[in-house]
Amino acid sequence: MNRPQQGGLAGGTGLFNTRQQTRKRMGSAFAVLCFLATAVGIVFLAVLLIDIVRDGAGRLSSAFLSGMPSRFPARAGIKPALVGSLWTLGITALVSFPLGVGTAIWLEEYAPNNRFTRLIQTNIANLAGVPSIVYGILGLAVFVRLFAFGECVLAGALTLALLILPVIIISSQEAIRAVPNSIRLGAYALGATRWETIRDQVLPLALPGVLTGTILALSRAVGEAAPLIMIGALAFVPFVPKTPLDEFTVIPIQIFDWINRPQAGFHEVAAAASIVLLIALLTLNGTAILLRNRFSRKR
Amino acid sequence: MRHFHEELDQLKAKLVRMSGLAEEMVRIAVEALLERDQAKAAEVIQRDHAVDELEVQVDTAAIELLALQQPLAKDLRFITSATKIANDLERVGDHAVNIAEALEYLLKVPPFPPLPELEEMARISTGMLADALSAFIRGDANLARRVVQVDDRVDDLHENNFRILLTHMMEDPRKITAGMDMLLVSGNLERIADMATNVAEEVVFFVEGRTIKHHAERRDTAH
Amino acid sequence: MPSIMQPPGEIELEAKELSVYYGSSHAVKGVSIGIPDRKVVAFIGPSGCGKSTLLRCFNRMNDLIPGARIEGQALFQGDDLYAPGVDAVEVRRRIGMVFQKPNPFPKSIYDNVAFGPRINGYRGKMDELVERSLRHAALWEEVKDRLDSSALALSGGQQQRLCIARALAVEPEVLLMDEPASALDPIATQKIEDLIYELKQNYTVVIVTHNMQQAARVSDYTAFLYMGDLIEYGPTQQLFTNPREEQTEAYITGRFG
Repeated sequence: MNRPQQGGLAGGTGLFNTRQQTRKRMGSAFAVLCFLATAVGIVFLAVLLIDIVRDGAGRLSSAFLSGMPSRFPARAGIKPALVGSLWTLGITALVSFPLGVGTAIWLEEYAPNNRFTRLIQTNIANLAGVPSIVYGILGLAVFVRLFAFGECVLAGALTLALLILPVIIISSQEAIRAVPNSIRLGAYALGATRWETIRDQVLPLALPGVLTGTILALSRAVGEAAPLIMIGALAFVPFVPKTPLDEFTVIPIQIFDWINRPQAGFHEVAAAASIVLLIALLTLNGTAILLRNRFSRKR
Repeated sequence: MRHFHEELDQLKAKLVRMSGLAEEMVRIAVEALLERDQAKAAEVIQRDHAVDELEVQVDTAAIELLALQQPLAKDLRFITSATKIANDLERVGDHAVNIAEALEYLLKVPPFPPLPELEEMARISTGMLADALSAFIRGDANLARRVVQVDDRVDDLHENNFRILLTHMMEDPRKITAGMDMLLVSGNLERIADMATNVAEEVVFFVEGRTIKHHAERRDTAH
Repeated sequence: MPSIMQPPGEIELEAKELSVYYGSSHAVKGVSIGIPDRKVVAFIGPSGCGKSTLLRCFNRMNDLIPGARIEGQALFQGDDLYAPGVDAVEVRRRIGMVFQKPNPFPKSIYDNVAFGPRINGYRGKMDELVERSLRHAALWEEVKDRLDSSALALSGGQQQRLCIARALAVEPEVLLMDEPASALDPIATQKIEDLIYELKQNYTVVIVTHNMQQAARVSDYTAFLYMGDLIEYGPTQQLFTNPREEQTEAYITGRFG
């Protein structure tokens, strides 16, 4: 085959019209567009953060954190909401983690690959996308009324647990699936049972991914208001819940309540509460990221 | 330490044993001839069997090593040379047997007058064989080359023997039978020297990877 | 003269008219073969001939493949490996396996070797067992000062020897090796081959390899499989210098495949 002399590196001889300039320009344009998309997101986020901090930073104090809500903005505190959020978070975690991880293990390691299993899998994926208020209706009907728990922390936490369960299941499944099969085969070939293989090889390797997924799911639960309103979490709660069966409120609902008050001062109070919420979320997410990094570096 | 090297050593050991046997056969055959010793001649004939068997063993071991171990470089050259050397040694054994068998006929007739050339030839041939085999065992290419150079002398001696024996036979026809047998002995000794030369050439090949057969080196350096 | 020999001595593993199906695909077709005690047997053949599948029958690893089905018998010291009461877990302890790509656990070297014994309830001194296993795998000298370091920091060849040590730690009687050196460089391969030569003093070894020269170097007996059938089985030096079947000759001289 005769190859024509390709003089110089400017490009394009014979049957090739390489259009170097045009192609490079298009590449640059694309990069710029992507950057702009990023910039828009960052700018809006920055605006939001600055706005909230400007409004609410002044109201942050230990009095704010340990005080009860009141009709007067100057005296309003966030303690019941904070305690309620903590209670809810705790019970939600306790319930959703074992259920979610257990389901993931069953689906990935034990369940046979048949139509039934695939049906379950599809439904879990669908449930992850159901609006949270629907879970609120479910919680109202089942936990508040049917189980007769009443409008309490337990009912709220169980509702949230159901809400985040599909997310935990899916991310745990992915973490388990990411464990290379060669590890399992190696364990089996040494005479390990399936249970021993899962316990000693699969789970330790999947744990970082599972924990990350769980923490991210929990951080979503912390910020939920709608389903809890449905099951009856109150807006004005001048007491701190002492048992899981007490009535309660959570920070997002408290913020919602304060935003709706006509007095001007409540605006700052709501902003301050928002900051508290943001700090909580950042802490949770940060923990998740730290965990993930630590475990992936270890390997 | 691979077991391949052990097997290679075993092959070499077989060749060493074979060369020892062949050398001995030639030495005893020549002694038998010069001393007119029937018993020694019989011993030579008996030993040939062991040499033949070793040749088969060397061939089998060599082909197995080639197939199973895929040797390269010096190991490969050694193994191919080993089969050729074993072949040459087997023929040396046969020639020694021929000499011993000639004695049987020579004993039936009065002894021939002493032939110093024949005795020298025997001495040189056995020396060549011994040196060639030493060169093999030690991997000494220089010694091997010296062996090759001596071969011309043996060829000359054989020609001399031919003329001398012819003269004797023409003088006295009664000596023809013995003369013919002595000529055959000379021929066998000449062949033994050729075999020693072959072995020496193989040694140079496996040690240096260079072929000096068919006077290749002499041709190269000829002016 | 038969192309499938009956090996001398005690038979450690045996297949009798053994067939393996993956769904409808017939991967191993009625193979009968006897693996003698404390010898190395190599399975050779082109890709897809069923040699790895046959190997996996002997430690019931095919059980883990959905859709895999067995007909015929696989025997270990005369006992049927697939009999109803047989525990696959115990089978796998006594018949160990080393895989093609080294698969050490992401744990320390010590824990890798100790995993099998711990699971199987070893009651002796673990340190001694770990050292012994690493010595048998010709790895002890290289790692004795860093038993607590991660196994993943070892080179490919070392990782594979670690996997061998790990398999030896549960004191099996048979070692099944599925192309153990194919992912390794030539020096590491040679170390593994030397190791196999030593191992056969104490263990029966069956090795699957697509490298004929390796089979020639390492094994006492060789079985040639093609498309699920056992074509020839005999002493290695005879199969590679003068095979009985034309197909065998065509394969090893590279005239097909």
